[in-house]
Amino acid sequence: MVNNAAISHPEGVFASDDELALIEALCGGLPLVPRPYKILGERLGMSEEDVLQYLESLIARGIIRRFGVVVQHRRLGYTANAMVVWNISDELVDEIGERMGKFDFVTLCYQRPRRLPDWPYNLFCMVHGAKRETVLAQVRELADSLGISDVPNEVLFSSRQFKQRGARYGNGHK
Amino acid sequence: MFETDKKLLNNYQRDFPLVPRPYAEIGKQLGLSEGEVIENFSHHIESKTISRIGAVVKNGTIGASTLAAMKVPQEKLIDVAKIVSSFDEVNHNYEREHNFNLWFVITAPSEARLQEVLSEIEAKTKITPINLPMVRDYHLDLGFKISW
Repeated sequence: MVNNAAISHPEGVFASDDELALIEALCGGLPLVPRPYKILGERLGMSEEDVLQYLESLIARGIIRRFGVVVQHRRLGYTANAMVVWNISDELVDEIGERMGKFDFVTLCYQRPRRLPDWPYNLFCMVHGAKRETVLAQVRELADSLGISDVPNEVLFSSRQFKQRGARYGNGHK
Repeated sequence: MFETDKKLLNNYQRDFPLVPRPYAEIGKQLGLSEGEVIENFSHHIESKTISRIGAVVKNGTIGASTLAAMKVPQEKLIDVAKIVSSFDEVNHNYEREHNFNLWFVITAPSEARLQEVLSEIEAKTKITPINLPMVRDYHLDLGFKISW
Protein backbone atom coordinates (compact mmCIF):
# COMPACT_ATOMS: atom_id res chain seq x y z
CA MET A 1 0.00 0.00 0.00
CA VAL A 2 2.87 2.38 0.67
CA ASN A 3 4.89 2.13 -2.49
CA ASN A 4 7.48 4.82 -2.08
CA ALA A 5 10.97 3.55 -1.41
CA ALA A 6 12.49 4.08 2.01
CA ILE A 7 12.26 7.78 2.71
CA SER A 8 15.50 9.34 3.78
CA HIS A 9 15.87 12.10 6.27
CA PRO A 10 18.66 14.66 6.52
CA GLU A 11 19.68 13.24 9.89
CA GLY A 12 19.90 9.79 8.39
CA VAL A 13 16.71 8.26 9.77
CA PHE A 14 15.25 5.62 7.50
CA ALA A 15 12.00 3.72 7.63
CA SER A 16 11.45 0.68 5.45
CA ASP A 17 8.31 0.11 3.38
CA ASP A 18 7.08 -2.42 5.93
CA GLU A 19 7.61 0.04 8.75
CA LEU A 20 5.83 2.81 6.88
CA ALA A 21 2.93 0.47 6.21
CA LEU A 22 2.76 -0.35 9.91
CA ILE A 23 2.77 3.33 10.94
CA GLU A 24 0.08 3.94 8.37
CA ALA A 25 -2.02 1.06 9.70
CA LEU A 26 -1.67 2.47 13.23
CA CYS A 27 -3.17 5.82 12.22
CA GLY A 28 -6.63 4.43 12.81
CA GLY A 29 -5.56 3.35 16.29
CA LEU A 30 -4.44 0.09 17.83
CA PRO A 31 -7.34 -2.40 17.53
CA LEU A 32 -9.22 -2.96 20.80
CA VAL A 33 -9.02 -6.73 20.78
CA PRO A 34 -6.99 -9.13 22.94
CA ARG A 35 -4.25 -9.63 20.32
CA PRO A 36 -4.09 -6.22 18.59
CA TYR A 37 -0.59 -6.65 17.15
CA LYS A 38 -1.60 -9.96 15.59
CA ILE A 39 -4.61 -8.31 13.94
CA LEU A 40 -2.45 -5.46 12.62
CA GLY A 41 -0.01 -8.02 11.29
CA GLU A 42 -2.75 -9.96 9.52
CA ARG A 43 -3.83 -6.79 7.73
CA LEU A 44 -0.26 -6.19 6.58
CA GLY A 45 0.88 -9.72 5.91
CA MET A 46 3.30 -9.73 8.86
CA SER A 47 3.55 -11.92 11.91
CA GLU A 48 2.68 -10.62 15.37
CA GLU A 49 6.35 -10.92 16.24
CA ASP A 50 7.37 -8.78 13.24
CA VAL A 51 4.93 -6.07 14.26
CA LEU A 52 6.28 -5.97 17.82
CA GLN A 53 9.89 -5.93 16.60
CA TYR A 54 9.26 -3.17 14.08
CA LEU A 55 7.54 -1.07 16.75
CA GLU A 56 10.37 -1.57 19.23
CA SER A 57 12.90 -0.60 16.60
CA LEU A 58 10.94 2.45 15.41
CA ILE A 59 10.70 3.67 19.00
CA ALA A 60 14.38 2.97 19.70
CA ARG A 61 15.38 4.90 16.57
CA GLY A 62 13.20 7.85 17.59
CA ILE A 63 10.97 7.68 14.51
CA ILE A 64 8.03 6.93 16.79
CA ARG A 65 8.53 9.47 19.56
CA ARG A 66 5.67 8.16 21.65
CA PHE A 67 3.52 5.06 21.45
CA GLY A 68 0.39 4.88 23.56
CA VAL A 69 -2.79 6.66 24.55
CA VAL A 70 -3.39 9.93 22.71
CA VAL A 71 -5.68 12.08 24.85
CA GLN A 72 -8.00 14.83 23.66
CA HIS A 73 -7.15 17.89 25.75
CA ARG A 74 -10.46 19.58 25.11
CA ARG A 75 -12.54 16.67 26.30
CA LEU A 76 -10.55 16.50 29.51
CA GLY A 77 -11.45 20.05 30.37
CA TYR A 78 -8.32 21.68 28.97
CA THR A 79 -10.30 24.01 26.79
CA ALA A 80 -7.90 26.95 26.86
CA ASN A 81 -5.34 26.09 24.27
CA ALA A 82 -2.83 28.74 23.31
CA MET A 83 -0.17 28.88 20.70
CA VAL A 84 2.35 31.44 21.90
CA VAL A 85 4.65 32.94 19.31
CA TRP A 86 7.78 35.01 19.87
CA ASN A 87 10.25 36.92 17.75
CA ILE A 88 13.59 35.85 19.21
CA SER A 89 16.88 36.93 17.67
CA ASP A 90 18.52 34.22 15.54
CA GLU A 91 21.50 34.14 17.91
CA LEU A 92 19.35 33.35 20.95
CA VAL A 93 16.53 31.25 19.55
CA ASP A 94 18.16 27.83 20.14
CA GLU A 95 19.10 28.61 23.73
CA ILE A 96 15.70 30.10 24.58
CA GLY A 97 13.87 27.30 22.74
CA GLU A 98 15.75 24.56 24.61
CA ARG A 99 14.89 26.15 27.93
CA MET A 100 11.27 26.88 26.97
CA GLY A 101 10.72 23.24 25.90
CA LYS A 102 11.52 22.08 29.43
CA PHE A 103 8.62 23.83 31.19
CA ASP A 104 6.07 21.20 32.18
CA PHE A 105 3.10 23.21 30.92
CA VAL A 106 4.70 23.59 27.48
CA THR A 107 3.51 20.70 25.30
CA LEU A 108 5.24 21.64 22.04
CA CYS A 109 8.08 24.01 21.24
CA TYR A 110 9.28 24.58 17.70
CA GLN A 111 11.38 27.00 15.75
CA ARG A 112 9.67 27.96 12.48
CA PRO A 113 10.59 30.48 9.77
CA ARG A 114 9.46 34.10 9.89
CA ARG A 115 7.35 35.21 6.91
CA LEU A 116 7.95 38.92 6.70
CA PRO A 117 6.27 41.34 6.69
CA ASP A 118 3.13 39.48 7.76
CA TRP A 119 4.60 37.04 10.22
CA PRO A 120 7.61 38.12 12.32
CA TYR A 121 7.61 35.22 14.81
CA ASN A 122 10.13 32.37 14.81
CA LEU A 123 9.54 30.54 18.11
CA PHE A 124 6.27 28.69 18.77
CA CYS A 125 5.08 26.91 21.88
CA MET A 126 1.79 25.38 22.99
CA VAL A 127 0.32 25.85 26.43
CA HIS A 128 -2.85 24.03 27.56
CA GLY A 129 -4.95 24.92 30.56
CA ALA A 130 -8.43 24.74 32.01
CA LYS A 131 -8.80 28.52 31.94
CA ARG A 132 -7.44 31.39 29.92
CA GLU A 133 -6.21 33.17 33.03
CA THR A 134 -4.13 30.14 33.97
CA VAL A 135 -2.61 29.97 30.52
CA LEU A 136 -1.86 33.71 30.48
CA ALA A 137 -0.23 33.46 33.91
CA GLN A 138 1.92 30.61 32.62
CA VAL A 139 2.93 32.64 29.60
CA ARG A 140 4.01 35.47 31.92
CA GLU A 141 5.96 33.02 34.04
CA LEU A 142 7.65 31.72 30.91
CA ALA A 143 8.58 35.21 29.74
CA ASP A 144 9.88 36.27 33.16
CA SER A 145 11.91 33.11 33.76
CA LEU A 146 13.51 33.25 30.34
CA GLY A 147 14.14 36.99 30.48
CA ILE A 148 12.12 37.65 27.31
CA SER A 149 9.35 39.84 28.74
CA ASP A 150 10.36 42.66 26.41
CA VAL A 151 10.39 40.45 23.31
CA PRO A 152 7.43 40.86 20.94
CA ASN A 153 5.00 37.96 21.32
CA GLU A 154 1.38 37.06 20.74
CA VAL A 155 -0.94 34.54 22.37
CA LEU A 156 -3.30 32.84 19.92
CA PHE A 157 -6.12 30.99 21.63
CA SER A 158 -7.86 28.35 19.58
CA SER A 159 -11.62 28.47 19.26
CA ARG A 160 -13.39 26.20 16.79
CA GLN A 161 -11.79 22.92 15.85
CA PHE A 162 -12.73 21.88 12.33
CA LYS A 163 -10.74 18.68 12.02
CA GLN A 164 -8.49 16.53 14.17
CA ARG A 165 -7.14 13.09 13.54
CA GLY A 166 -3.83 11.25 13.46
CA ALA A 167 -1.41 12.11 10.67
CA ARG A 168 -1.33 9.92 7.58
CA TYR A 169 1.87 9.45 5.70
CA GLY A 170 1.09 7.00 2.91
CA ASN A 171 -0.57 7.47 -0.44
CA GLY A 172 -2.99 4.59 -0.17
CA HIS A 173 -6.03 6.65 0.78
CA LYS A 174 -7.31 8.09 -2.41
CA MET B 1 -13.29 9.97 37.30
CA PHE B 2 -12.33 6.71 38.93
CA GLU B 3 -8.77 6.12 40.03
CA THR B 4 -8.22 3.33 37.49
CA ASP B 5 -9.61 5.54 34.73
CA LYS B 6 -7.07 8.22 35.56
CA LYS B 7 -4.31 5.66 35.43
CA LEU B 8 -5.53 4.32 32.10
CA LEU B 9 -5.31 7.81 30.63
CA ASN B 10 -2.16 9.00 32.39
CA ASN B 11 0.12 5.99 32.64
CA TYR B 12 -0.06 4.60 29.13
CA GLN B 13 0.61 7.64 26.99
CA ARG B 14 4.08 6.30 26.39
CA ASP B 15 5.66 2.91 26.88
CA PHE B 16 2.42 1.18 25.99
CA PRO B 17 3.09 -2.56 26.52
CA LEU B 18 4.73 -4.18 23.49
CA VAL B 19 3.66 -7.70 24.33
CA PRO B 20 1.19 -9.99 22.52
CA ARG B 21 -1.63 -9.21 24.98
CA PRO B 22 -1.08 -5.56 26.01
CA TYR B 23 -4.55 -5.06 27.51
CA ALA B 24 -4.08 -8.10 29.74
CA GLU B 25 -0.72 -6.67 30.83
CA ILE B 26 -2.30 -3.31 31.69
CA GLY B 27 -5.06 -5.16 33.53
CA LYS B 28 -2.48 -6.99 35.57
CA GLN B 29 -0.90 -3.67 36.57
CA LEU B 30 -4.22 -2.04 37.50
CA GLY B 31 -6.12 -5.00 38.91
CA LEU B 32 -8.58 -5.24 36.02
CA SER B 33 -9.40 -8.02 33.62
CA GLU B 34 -8.30 -7.82 29.99
CA GLY B 35 -11.95 -7.38 28.99
CA GLU B 36 -12.43 -4.48 31.41
CA VAL B 37 -9.37 -2.67 30.07
CA ILE B 38 -10.60 -3.04 26.49
CA GLU B 39 -14.07 -1.90 27.52
CA ASN B 40 -12.69 1.14 29.35
CA PHE B 41 -10.52 2.22 26.42
CA SER B 42 -13.44 1.69 24.01
CA HIS B 43 -15.60 3.87 26.20
CA HIS B 44 -12.98 6.66 26.27
CA ILE B 45 -12.62 6.50 22.50
CA GLU B 46 -16.39 6.66 22.02
CA SER B 47 -16.70 9.63 24.36
CA LYS B 48 -13.61 11.13 22.67
CA THR B 49 -11.58 11.69 25.83
CA ILE B 50 -8.90 9.80 23.95
CA SER B 51 -8.56 9.96 20.20
CA ARG B 52 -6.73 6.66 19.76
CA ILE B 53 -4.01 4.39 21.00
CA GLY B 54 -1.31 4.98 18.48
CA ALA B 55 2.05 6.23 17.40
CA VAL B 56 3.13 9.85 17.49
CA VAL B 57 5.73 10.10 14.77
CA LYS B 58 8.67 12.46 15.14
CA ASN B 59 8.18 15.48 12.98
CA GLY B 60 10.26 15.41 9.84
CA THR B 61 11.41 11.80 9.95
CA ILE B 62 8.76 10.41 7.65
CA GLY B 63 7.26 12.19 4.70
CA ALA B 64 6.77 15.93 4.90
CA SER B 65 4.65 18.03 7.16
CA THR B 66 4.02 21.67 7.87
CA LEU B 67 1.89 24.14 9.76
CA ALA B 68 0.10 26.67 7.57
CA ALA B 69 -2.09 29.66 8.31
CA MET B 70 -4.48 31.89 6.41
CA LYS B 71 -6.22 35.20 6.96
CA VAL B 72 -9.84 34.41 6.17
CA PRO B 73 -12.65 36.99 6.18
CA GLN B 74 -14.89 35.98 9.09
CA GLU B 75 -17.98 35.45 6.94
CA LYS B 76 -16.11 32.98 4.75
CA LEU B 77 -14.43 31.05 7.52
CA ILE B 78 -16.75 28.04 7.65
CA ASP B 79 -16.66 27.56 3.89
CA VAL B 80 -12.92 27.96 3.64
CA ALA B 81 -12.40 25.62 6.61
CA LYS B 82 -14.51 23.01 4.84
CA ILE B 83 -12.37 23.21 1.73
CA VAL B 84 -9.19 22.91 3.78
CA SER B 85 -10.54 19.96 5.80
CA SER B 86 -11.58 18.15 2.63
CA PHE B 87 -7.93 17.39 1.85
CA ASP B 88 -6.90 13.99 3.11
CA GLU B 89 -3.44 15.42 3.83
CA VAL B 90 -4.85 17.93 6.34
CA ASN B 91 -5.03 16.27 9.74
CA HIS B 92 -5.62 19.25 12.04
CA ASN B 93 -7.58 22.33 11.14
CA TYR B 94 -8.73 24.92 13.64
CA GLU B 95 -9.62 28.53 14.23
CA ARG B 96 -7.42 30.83 16.29
CA GLU B 97 -8.17 34.31 17.53
CA HIS B 98 -5.88 36.38 15.32
CA ASN B 99 -5.71 38.02 11.88
CA PHE B 100 -4.36 34.68 10.82
CA ASN B 101 -7.47 32.89 11.95
CA LEU B 102 -7.29 29.51 10.23
CA TRP B 103 -4.43 27.14 11.13
CA PHE B 104 -3.88 23.70 9.72
CA VAL B 105 -1.33 20.91 9.66
CA ILE B 106 -0.52 19.15 6.39
CA THR B 107 1.15 15.74 6.32
CA ALA B 108 2.09 14.25 2.96
CA PRO B 109 4.30 11.44 1.64
CA SER B 110 6.61 13.95 -0.03
CA GLU B 111 7.54 17.63 -0.04
CA ALA B 112 6.28 17.81 -3.64
CA ARG B 113 2.81 16.61 -2.66
CA LEU B 114 2.80 18.99 0.31
CA GLN B 115 3.52 21.95 -1.99
CA GLU B 116 0.80 20.71 -4.33
CA VAL B 117 -1.74 20.66 -1.50
CA LEU B 118 -0.79 24.22 -0.51
CA SER B 119 -1.24 25.37 -4.12
CA GLU B 120 -4.56 23.57 -4.46
CA ILE B 121 -5.82 25.15 -1.24
CA GLU B 122 -4.77 28.56 -2.53
CA ALA B 123 -6.45 27.94 -5.90
CA LYS B 124 -9.70 26.77 -4.33
CA THR B 125 -9.95 29.42 -1.60
CA LYS B 126 -8.23 32.35 -3.36
CA ILE B 127 -6.32 32.95 -0.15
CA THR B 128 -2.55 32.51 0.08
CA PRO B 129 -1.46 30.41 3.06
CA ILE B 130 1.79 31.12 4.89
CA ASN B 131 3.86 27.97 5.14
CA LEU B 132 5.61 27.51 8.51
CA PRO B 133 7.49 24.21 8.47
CA MET B 134 9.35 23.14 11.58
CA VAL B 135 12.99 24.21 11.64
CA ARG B 136 13.88 22.73 15.02
CA ASP B 137 12.04 20.79 17.73
CA TYR B 138 12.92 21.86 21.28
CA HIS B 139 10.46 19.73 23.20
CA LEU B 140 10.72 16.10 24.21
CA ASP B 141 7.22 14.64 24.00
CA LEU B 142 6.44 12.73 27.16
CA GLY B 143 2.70 12.78 26.68
CA PHE B 144 0.24 15.05 28.38
CA LYS B 145 0.31 15.16 32.16
CA ILE B 146 -3.28 15.39 33.33
CA SER B 147 -3.84 17.01 36.70
CA TRP B 148 -7.30 16.12 37.91
